[in-house]
Amino acid sequence: MSAADDIVNISRRSLLGAGGALVLAVTLPRSASAETQKYGADAQSGGWRDDPTLFVAIAEDGTITITCHRAEMGQGIRTSLAMVIADELEADWSRVRVEQAVGDEARYGNQNTDGSRSMRHLFLPLRRCGAAARTMLEAAAAKRWSVPVAEVAAQLHEVIHRPSGRKLGYGALAKDAAALAVPDRGTVTLKTPSAFRYIGRNMASVDGLAMTTGRADYGIDARLPDMLYAVIARPPVYGGKVKSADKTAALKVPGVVQIVDLPAPTLPSAFQPLGGVAVLATNTWAAIKGRDALTIAWDDGPNAAYDSDVYRAELERAARAPGQVSRSDGDAEAALGKAAKRIAAEYYLPHLAQAPMEPPMALARTGADRCEAWACTQDPQAARDLIAEALKIPVADVTIHQTLLGGGFGRKSKPDYVLEAALLSRAAGGKPVKVVWTREDDLHHSYFHTVSVERLEGGLDTSGRTVAWRHRSAAPSIGSIFGPDPKHQLPFEQGMGLRNVPFAVPNFRAETCAATAHTRIGWFRSVSNIPHCFAVQSFVAELAAAAGRDPKDYLLALIGPDRTIDPRAMADTTNQGEDPARYPLDTARLKAVINAAAKGIGWGRSLPAGRGLGIAAHYSFVSYTACAIEVSVKDGELIVERADIAVDCGPQVNPERIRSQMEGSVVMGLSLATLGEISFKGGRVQQDNFDSYALTRIDAAPKLTEVHLVGGGDWNAPPGGIGEPGVPPVAPALCNAIHAATGKRIRALPIGEQLKI
Amino acid sequence: MQLIINGKKHAYDGDPDMPLLWYVRDLAGLTGTKFGCGAGLCGACTVHVDGAAMRSCQLPMSAVEGQSVTTIEGLSEGGDHAVQRAWREHAVAQCGYCQSGQIMQAAALLAETPKPTDADIDAAMAGNICRCGTYARIRAAIKAATSAVNA
Repeated sequence: MSAADDIVNISRRSLLGAGGALVLAVTLPRSASAETQKYGADAQSGGWRDDPTLFVAIAEDGTITITCHRAEMGQGIRTSLAMVIADELEADWSRVRVEQAVGDEARYGNQNTDGSRSMRHLFLPLRRCGAAARTMLEAAAAKRWSVPVAEVAAQLHEVIHRPSGRKLGYGALAKDAAALAVPDRGTVTLKTPSAFRYIGRNMASVDGLAMTTGRADYGIDARLPDMLYAVIARPPVYGGKVKSADKTAALKVPGVVQIVDLPAPTLPSAFQPLGGVAVLATNTWAAIKGRDALTIAWDDGPNAAYDSDVYRAELERAARAPGQVSRSDGDAEAALGKAAKRIAAEYYLPHLAQAPMEPPMALARTGADRCEAWACTQDPQAARDLIAEALKIPVADVTIHQTLLGGGFGRKSKPDYVLEAALLSRAAGGKPVKVVWTREDDLHHSYFHTVSVERLEGGLDTSGRTVAWRHRSAAPSIGSIFGPDPKHQLPFEQGMGLRNVPFAVPNFRAETCAATAHTRIGWFRSVSNIPHCFAVQSFVAELAAAAGRDPKDYLLALIGPDRTIDPRAMADTTNQGEDPARYPLDTARLKAVINAAAKGIGWGRSLPAGRGLGIAAHYSFVSYTACAIEVSVKDGELIVERADIAVDCGPQVNPERIRSQMEGSVVMGLSLATLGEISFKGGRVQQDNFDSYALTRIDAAPKLTEVHLVGGGDWNAPPGGIGEPGVPPVAPALCNAIHAATGKRIRALPIGEQLKI
Repeated sequence: MQLIINGKKHAYDGDPDMPLLWYVRDLAGLTGTKFGCGAGLCGACTVHVDGAAMRSCQLPMSAVEGQSVTTIEGLSEGGDHAVQRAWREHAVAQCGYCQSGQIMQAAALLAETPKPTDADIDAAMAGNICRCGTYARIRAAIKAATSAVNA
């Protein structure tokens, strides 16, 4: 077992210890840890709550306010979590409103909204929460009527005494119910699924009206009287600092009121702001103009030479030599040597920026001994902890109001910008300060998706069967922002499709190769699943071509017979944080989504010249997805005619939102496949805005997208994630389709102009 | 200088170079119009100027003197414009951030081209980026709004 295998704590924020230093939890010897190992929501900081007094408030007029403690960023969680509670509560949906919680994990349990975890971890606790509230209302009614509680039943916002037909509305019972003790969770009876009113139905967003009328409030929309607006000139190179700054001209810009020096952090910087020079003004425009008027000489620091072209060559060299073993079954080296046919392929995926349409934004008001902030953050408690530590005030004296997020995609898991606002408000004598990130700021100072070279080699026997598989993956790790650079992907990254590949190949070897980080590496929707899945699913199609077989049939054959695989049998010690016994990898489910996507797109039909079908599948965030794509390529012009994406996430709480997440994943996958690239020269990001960092627009979106929901129906089955699993299979499905259409194999993303050559 | 926003007169005597976007958001307090790029590349800040869809981040205040500006807040009373209704019926919004601009762009398209073809829709909407990838539903909602407008 390698040293990295001892690191089991994969929770994103729990990688952070006190003071921002990296504290990696090291497993106890297995015998001692067997009883204490926590999984799922239990393993998240703050854990989970199912106490209705935290999440449900019933007014005397019967209005029910449900508190949502997870970040809304387009996945529809404010609607879905409220649906779960309201259903078990037998509430009338038209009388439910949703309120956003402040960041307070001691109160609400874990609030870190990433890793596609919200519904996965909260479905059952929040069902119990709603059911407990219903039980309390029933008890209050029975008491009021002096009848046995068995004679009453809650039904659509009222409690009915069945023998007499008497009824009391929830509003009339609210006060009595609130005075009762919350029943023990063991005694609470959940609804039978056939009685669900909302769970499993297509429910419209609770924010639909606000979002179509301009009344939805995001981080950028937070306002306080007399607030100042700040933009910051940050060091253009990670680890750089200000050598000298001439502020004279900036101070003359009308509206500019103050210029504040922010210190550079020590490296690695974790969630600390990057420092620089902040311009505070009475409006955003004046702050932008003021920043433009600054003259700053930078000391670029240790990453001044970072160059993406040079780095790619370094990664290629690393991936062409043996690395650290991530997983080894059989003897891949020997089997490759003896194979009847041997093929190799090397794939390259560049850095990406999440580029949410709303860049990072935060407003803060910092007094002598307390701080209040409004921010579009995925992780309000992390922002709270970071501010408390920096201001040296108790965590309890920091309040984080969580606004809607104009997209997150992992960028807003890192609260550096929230602390910027807090520090600037303090520097401004307690005046409220809103920090505005321009698009250039967002692209230059992201926590970038990793960059990688993935080298695969495969050996076929005389019948064309894959008998040897070797995957070497060289990519800088997210661990590098929290502590000494591990130079190898951490177990949680390896468990994103490098080692936990469910192929029936007797000789299987996965290795990580050394890669040093030279910028901030961070989570991007789907994380390391993107490069691993792109390489694995492209290579399967290459193996199929080498064997002269249909790529879909070959993929199904590689997965092999129906079986459940303990992730630990694939050396996956993390399993996305979930209990390996409860969440084994089920090959039948993976094959079912492949078949659904293939059927949807009409796999096997004959196509005119220049058209092709491609398919890819992936297991991530304990969900199963497959994507099939039809393209036409004419004179180097790529048109995505159709995309079929199939997903099995277990219980389907709000099918409508599952569909929209899949539709969006297809577009994001196409965007990164065709256009996405952040590159560096002289340590500086080369892209500034949406001209040089292009994103897929409506005219390049698939002409038709079909979503196929697979599985579901078993409400006791463990739920899977939905926000992220749709993205990984899109890029390989697209490139496999391009290969089918043109014979050209794309091994480096983005596709860019490669089809025109 | 003066201009009209959502039917209301506004007087302004600040920096004539200030983009309309920041006037609308920071000074007028109408935050429904969003900032996405500041360079006319994403369409999040789309408003109507005398009925035409324009990128407010690219319009200096000096260019809108005496003109009539409509923001998302002024598109309809209560959000009942055909485009807004279609957006809700098709559950277009995911994060919702770009949708003010998308809706303003779509409303201007339908005002000018009541029966847009797929190509018209793509051409009119290609300046508006949605990072959540709601394009399929945007197309569907525009078509639905078209039938509502033409009914």
